Amino acid sequence: MKVVICAGPPTSGKTTVIKQVISRLQKKNINPCYLKIDVLFADEDLIISQEFRIPARKVYSQDLCPDHCNVIVLGDAIQWGEDIGSDIIIIETAGLCLRCSPYIENSLGIVVLEATSGMNLPRKIGPMLSLADVAVVTKIDLISQAEREVFRANIMEAASVSIIETDALHGINIDHIIRIIDRMDSYSAPSLLRGNPPVGTCTICVGKKEIGKEAHFGVLRPLESDIFYRGE
Amino acid sequence: MKIESITIQNGFGRDGQKDNFKEIKLNMCNIISIVGPTGSGKTTFINDIALFADKNTPSGRRILINNEIPSDEFMNNPSCNPISYITQHTNFLSDLSVKAFLETHIKIRNSGAIDIIMEKTLDFANQITGEPIIIWSKMTELSGGQTRALLIADAVIIGNSPIILLDEIENAGINRTKALELLRNYEKIFIFVTHDPRITLLSDYRLIMKKGAISKIIITSEEEKKAVQKISIVDDLLLELRNLLRSGEKISEKFITEQIQTI
Ligand SMILES: Nc1nc2c(ncn2[C@@H]2O[C@H](COP(=O)(O)OP(=O)(O)OP(=O)(O)O)[C@@H](O)[C@H]2O)c(=O)[nH]1
Ligand SMILES: Nc1ncnc2c1ncn2[C@@H]1O[C@H](COP(=O)(O)OP(=O)(O)OP(=O)(O)O)[C@@H](O)[C@H]1O
Ligand SMILES: [Mg+2]
Ligand SMILES: [Mg+2]
Repeated sequence: MKVVICAGPPTSGKTTVIKQVISRLQKKNINPCYLKIDVLFADEDLIISQEFRIPARKVYSQDLCPDHCNVIVLGDAIQWGEDIGSDIIIIETAGLCLRCSPYIENSLGIVVLEATSGMNLPRKIGPMLSLADVAVVTKIDLISQAEREVFRANIMEAASVSIIETDALHGINIDHIIRIIDRMDSYSAPSLLRGNPPVGTCTICVGKKEIGKEAHFGVLRPLESDIFYRGE
Repeated sequence: MKIESITIQNGFGRDGQKDNFKEIKLNMCNIISIVGPTGSGKTTFINDIALFADKNTPSGRRILINNEIPSDEFMNNPSCNPISYITQHTNFLSDLSVKAFLETHIKIRNSGAIDIIMEKTLDFANQITGEPIIIWSKMTELSGGQTRALLIADAVIIGNSPIILLDEIENAGINRTKALELLRNYEKIFIFVTHDPRITLLSDYRLIMKKGAISKIIITSEEEKKAVQKISIVDDLLLELRNLLRSGEKISEKFITEQIQTI
């Protein structure tokens, strides 16, 4: 099975791009399945299972850090895809804090950016862009050629990724994504996160409210010296 | 790479009706117009060209450059793109200043010395817009007409490509006559989407669109070329009236009658 992980800011067009990809994969008799990882609300699983009749589900991170949730859930998700016999699993993630990136080795990492989002966006989203394989720029139908070219240059300055510009509503240039999927390798375990997550204070994430290093474990730091680690 | 021709192979309209041609080939210095009611697919047609469609857009059209399938390089590297495209948009979304934006675009398009090209671009834009563009303003602060003027100047001077696509150049109240006059100094393939009779009849031929497909191709006859001169007189009168009103003058029935009589 192949694994595609698709990230990007809210409403950047991830689902629209994925739908175009799924319909083209189906024409080639490739069976995809789909998982959405979101924070509080998502309806893509219903939309996609109804429109394409493929296995589709979602998971809410809720009180858990969404990036953290993503890392933990990916293992089971890939297993699920293998178990139901899919040829490819497409995972759409949301709610990333921009210091993590959801991409793993032995998979295709796609970041979806909207061309309408301001020229500095590529500089602002760190590893979500720089660790991706492909940047898909959506909504090119809404901007001028000149702005499209400057936006592309700003992406290239921030990261060395392939860039595919699309009007996702009309499926323009989506076949370039399909070509990349055709060429990619299948998933093989074990697979690690591509990036180093930011140093976490996860005891706080999970709700320990006491202040002071004595009350916590993991990566800690005193006022006067560097960080250290306490725990297993 | 020297661009000699661009070819459009036929596709389909919205309801599946075929474009009424097999292949249209444009050679250097050809000028054509795309005309048709609003919503008839004009923008979609030149989008196909700008995207180097390869039967992968809703229309199923295919574009060839010099009789060959265009290389990916054209899309992936703006400095190799043989097409400059002035889209229908009348606003910028970019949060950069005019200066920063133009500088970046000059670098990307590899169009020459930054200062010189920037000056030329602004000069071109300011000749066709009412109030001059200030280079320190944000792109988003420009008016609709200033935006359009800058986009045209950017495409012609910075883009400096052998093929130019213009989607409704007459929009947003820019000085269209001046724009056409400036454009005529360049040896390029021009494709105009237009609702303007003067621009339409200026071209070698025109494609008539209906429901997303090309329904007719009409070559501009000698008769029509003669008529353009008469149309220009009427057109200039309207433009003069517009300028008078825009600068706060009043007009009278007598004035108009006199003007029509002199015509
Ligand atoms: N004009 C235009 N609209 C687009 C394009 N791609 C997506 N949209 C629109 O943008 C909106 C958001 O698209 P989605 O695909 O739902 O975005 P998303 O990234 O999946 O959003 P979340 O999952 O909610 O974060 C929708 O209204 C789409 O129709 C495009 O290329 N052009
Ligand atoms: N060949 C085609 N196949 C499928 N859909 C098409 C085709 N041509 C046009 N359309 C659709 O028709 C709609 C109107 O087309 P378009 O915007 O190109 O019209 P237009 O002539 O430029 O209109 P206007 O004069 O208002 O700018 C769009 O939604 C477009 O996607
Ligand atoms: Mg979505
Ligand atoms: Mg249009």
